Amino acid sequence: MKEIFGIPTAALFGQLVLGLVNGCFYAILSLGLSIIFGMLNIINFAHGAMYMMGAVFTWIALTQFSIGYWWSLLLVPLVIGIIGVLIERTLLRPLYKLDNLYGLLLTFGLALVIEGLFRYCYGVSGLPYSIPESFQGALNLGFMFLPKYRAWVVVASLMVCISTWLVIERTPLGAFLRAGTENSRLVQAFGINVPAMITITYGVGVGLAGLAGVLAAPATQISPLMGSNLIIVVFAVVVIGGMSSILGSIVTGLGLGLIEGMTKVFYSQASDTVVFFIMAVVLLVRPAGLFGKER
Amino acid sequence: MKLRWIGQGALLVLGLIAPYFVYPVFLMKALCFALFACAFNLLLGYTGLLSFGHAAFFGTAGYVTGYAVKVMGLSPGLGILAGTLAAVLLGFIFGNLVIRRQGIYFAMITLALAQLMYFVFLESSFTGGEDGIQGIPRGRLLWVINLENDLKLYYVVFAIFIFGFLLIRRTVHSPFGQVLKAIRENESRALSLGYDVNKYKTLAFILSAGLAGLAGSTKAIVFTFVTLTDADWHTSGDVVLMTLLGGMGTVFGPIVGAFSIVTLQNRLADKVGSFVTVIMGAMFILCVLLFRRGIVGELGALYHRVIGDRQF
Repeated sequence: MKEIFGIPTAALFGQLVLGLVNGCFYAILSLGLSIIFGMLNIINFAHGAMYMMGAVFTWIALTQFSIGYWWSLLLVPLVIGIIGVLIERTLLRPLYKLDNLYGLLLTFGLALVIEGLFRYCYGVSGLPYSIPESFQGALNLGFMFLPKYRAWVVVASLMVCISTWLVIERTPLGAFLRAGTENSRLVQAFGINVPAMITITYGVGVGLAGLAGVLAAPATQISPLMGSNLIIVVFAVVVIGGMSSILGSIVTGLGLGLIEGMTKVFYSQASDTVVFFIMAVVLLVRPAGLFGKER
Repeated sequence: MKLRWIGQGALLVLGLIAPYFVYPVFLMKALCFALFACAFNLLLGYTGLLSFGHAAFFGTAGYVTGYAVKVMGLSPGLGILAGTLAAVLLGFIFGNLVIRRQGIYFAMITLALAQLMYFVFLESSFTGGEDGIQGIPRGRLLWVINLENDLKLYYVVFAIFIFGFLLIRRTVHSPFGQVLKAIRENESRALSLGYDVNKYKTLAFILSAGLAGLAGSTKAIVFTFVTLTDADWHTSGDVVLMTLLGGMGTVFGPIVGAFSIVTLQNRLADKVGSFVTVIMGAMFILCVLLFRRGIVGELGALYHRVIGDRQF
């Protein structure tokens, strides 16, 4: 068995892959947060709750309606997106003319309601969800065994991130979105339906969180509490990366996941806190964030 | 102005006779949270900064007090002092970090830093991990006052609360407080008038952190235990809700909010269990959508509409 710094390479790479999987979830969630913030000027505290709903709905779909993983991958983000559209239309719309702190407070309340309801219905113990048949087992790469499902999560997440980036940077719809983020009143004056765009943005943003939840379902413990713990880390990721760059959020998310994985190998006590420490250092060295612009 | 004096006098009398009618431990808990919420309000209501991590100060002070009194054998008075100083120190460190970003980032950074402290407490040995510090002796204050007696402890807690309350009131009405309000209303204007905005904000943050710590230390003595709950983000959320519900930027709002929420939690906890979270969340949503001025703020507005107009 080969070793690096006294750690067996298999264990090291295993943790790195696990870190990368977590990093994928950070990337998708911070991507959604950034898009929503750009258009709505609201930090969506309920983002973690949406991720949790994605995972729990996947479990419900299988156990109650015997809908398998692949259909869930398509349907659950759609359902979460529709829920998001309803939330935006009913609850968030009255807040746009107010200070953006109110948006944070409202979505915090929303997160409490959603988490509380699911906890009331399903308890706090983990719900089991088995890995889909085609991804069971592991690939032997010579230096390590790569579980197929983890590889799939990484590939799928990267595909999602890259296609979101392409839509925003390379399509007319994305151009409207970027223009709307820059100056929504001017865009509206050009005859583009900005309120509808805002609604769609929120729907797509939380739909992405739901998608991350589906991907997470077979890989982690499904529990009503899984979202709130994650969202605070994602906030730190967003502070580190800055929210003005889409690519920046993706890179920061993946990178921090990897660093967290490394920390688990070399100094596991700090694995829960390392992201927050990095945030503190970044605030000292580069207050606007790694990819942020000083305003 | 007159109304405010009547209000404060009534509150003082109410506080003095209350333990003969209501269970003192409940009152002490509510007072601790009221002080916590008042400290938080100094930041949100008067400076316009939303900290989502105030539980860090509340919890840190509690842990330090618990450790100082139980393990190091300090008297409760010194223990509370030590806890408060620890919160001030933490407030200094966090304040200097968080001041580097503005607006909505402020809330996210405070939340993340508080979560950092939560994990530190979870992993550290001196905090007792998941169990927390249990069985903190209440002891005697200044060798004379036996704090094992609930009634005597109540009056000590009440005195601490009055001290904190008056300190905050004094701060708000001082020239320093006026600058804070100017920053809340228009930060760039305050800056252009020559005020070192960041210095003022950091000072307000430290003061708020210290008073939140005082509340946390006192709570540790009252309940004789400290657990991770005190440093949890739910606690940070609770104090935001107390201030929002009572009325941010009002003198009495946080007190009304704290008593309402603590009463609600006590009444509902055994009846609906974890459903309390849902009710708290729904209250957040209702407050933000329907009455952003909070209970005291709405009453004040009503008073001005009805009485204020009649004078002319």
